[in-house]
Amino acid sequence: MITIEQRAEFRKHFRNNISSRLITDKIVKGIVFGCVVLAIVPLTSILLEVVRNGAPTLSIAFFTQEPGAVGSNQLGGIGPAIQGTLMLIGMSSLIGVPVGVMGGIFLSEYGNNKYGHMIRFFNDVLAEFPTIVIGLFAFIVIVLVLGNFSLIAGMFALSIIMLPIITRTTEESLKLVPVTYREAGYALGIKRWVVVTRILLTSAKSGLITGIMLAVARIGGETAPLIFTILGSSQFFTGFDQPMDALPLRIWRLSLLPYNSSIAQGWGAALVLILIVLSLNIGMRYLFLGKRGRGGRFRITAGR
Amino acid sequence: MIQTVKLKGGSPIFDKVFKVMAAIAATYILAIIILIAFQLISGSYPIWDKEGISFLTGSGWNAVEGREVYGAAPYIAGTFVTAGLAMLIGVPISIGIAMFMSELAPKFLRSPLSFVIELLAAVPSVIYGLWGLFIFRDYIKNWIEIPLGNTFGNKVWFLSGAPFGLDIFTTSIVLAIMIIPTISTISREIMIAVPNSQREAAYMLGATKWEVFKMAVIPYSKSGLIGASILGLGRAVGETMAVTMLIGNATGPSAFPSSLFAPGQTMSSIIANEFAEASPGSLHLAALVGIGLILLIVAIAINIVAQLLVSRVLKAHEGAVLA
Repeated sequence: MITIEQRAEFRKHFRNNISSRLITDKIVKGIVFGCVVLAIVPLTSILLEVVRNGAPTLSIAFFTQEPGAVGSNQLGGIGPAIQGTLMLIGMSSLIGVPVGVMGGIFLSEYGNNKYGHMIRFFNDVLAEFPTIVIGLFAFIVIVLVLGNFSLIAGMFALSIIMLPIITRTTEESLKLVPVTYREAGYALGIKRWVVVTRILLTSAKSGLITGIMLAVARIGGETAPLIFTILGSSQFFTGFDQPMDALPLRIWRLSLLPYNSSIAQGWGAALVLILIVLSLNIGMRYLFLGKRGRGGRFRITAGR
Repeated sequence: MIQTVKLKGGSPIFDKVFKVMAAIAATYILAIIILIAFQLISGSYPIWDKEGISFLTGSGWNAVEGREVYGAAPYIAGTFVTAGLAMLIGVPISIGIAMFMSELAPKFLRSPLSFVIELLAAVPSVIYGLWGLFIFRDYIKNWIEIPLGNTFGNKVWFLSGAPFGLDIFTTSIVLAIMIIPTISTISREIMIAVPNSQREAAYMLGATKWEVFKMAVIPYSKSGLIGASILGLGRAVGETMAVTMLIGNATGPSAFPSSLFAPGQTMSSIIANEFAEASPGSLHLAALVGIGLILLIVAIAINIVAQLLVSRVLKAHEGAVLA
């Protein structure tokens, strides 16, 4: 509790130093505004440089051809990388989406107990695992067991990265559905699983789609786990048990090459990747995020 | 009528089956975590067997057969130094941004601003790396490192060395940029969760905006802000690609962070860099898996602490929050 003397002191302090206090206030406001500018400058620079350096390389051939021999005149394109990224997104979603949605259903509908709380906690922990560790794990359990780098291993690693994001967003969207919807379903004598699948999931559709898009945008830019799993390749799809290329991986490999033409292609690939990721994020924001306020569990993250 | 009968869901067994399926999906998450921990422990067993505790404390790194020696200390130090520096730069800026967004910004600016910060969060790590490697590095080298190095290089130990641009300094700054969106968005939510009555009480005393922030918002949201910062730390510790591309990739004792302008190595970057050279079954691979295990333990510990701090503040507001 503040005593009367303290209060008097407060009042005196506030009354006596008005001009210096106002100056401090102005200075702090200036600093705070400077912080915002400091964050916007790198973002602007990144976007401008990616467009400026990447745009000249874009062509039909760049999108469709296999990469040419390193350092030669035949530049080729990043066709396999685009194919690989799309395939990885599709394949990881095959595991990540159903398991994640079911996990979210469990947490929201059956998870109000000790086990549910534990899973929720571990799900949040898994969401923050360094993805390089998940790559190492997929390498040990799939690549080492099957004997070579493969698309399957990449899919497995990325599906693990998707899972917590989808589980979390599904749970959150289901919880936003009013209890009355559930009650109305039960009142009609509808079984719980039908209530969940036909009523709740339909009502929470936009939240579910947001979650899936967030997860896809995340794994689309994921690089570290791919080093250990799909390895990279300069050919189009040859088999699920074969190495494959992906956009982020290709950007990394190109950036390490000592040729200006390769680096230019790296910028081109970066432009393609950033367009995919940002259009997913922006589209989602305008479609869904704005409507439901800023839920803590719907947050954009980028691949690492 | 037929439609309704169908909708009712048939035998009660389906209900049980559905619940079990949901429980299996949830358990899958737990199983994956346990399996990851188990595989990393068993995969790195050879290195613990050979090096013992000196794997944590040693600094030698030689993969030549017969003279193999592995010590992870320089990389553990590198991770903490880069992440720590990133926090030093990133946390004040993030808190500033959060303060601007929750207290100062006019209404019409708030939503575009949070959109911009979100874009910063959406840029993949490898693109930060590319930008850092070919664009940012030159600015840092020519405008900051060379002048500082020329003036203080001989006198101040942490500014010594020939500035090259690919070093701990550049890495830390890029890491700081990468953790700003995480910390500032969560901090903003935490500040918004501070009841307005707190602010009004301070205004009533005649406080300025800054004083309101200092007197009412900060004390109320302190633990949440610390949690948000620690969450940012966790992100910086696990960051791989940008670091791998920018840190200069030193190995062995020279990788110990001795100067800001010296190349270094972090736990994640050494795994990414050396992985291609480590053959299956070799001690080299076990050493890298061992470093992965240390990284995982560090990341989990950081995260649990952050989780507890942040969720306690936001629980009443909107449930547990994660980036």
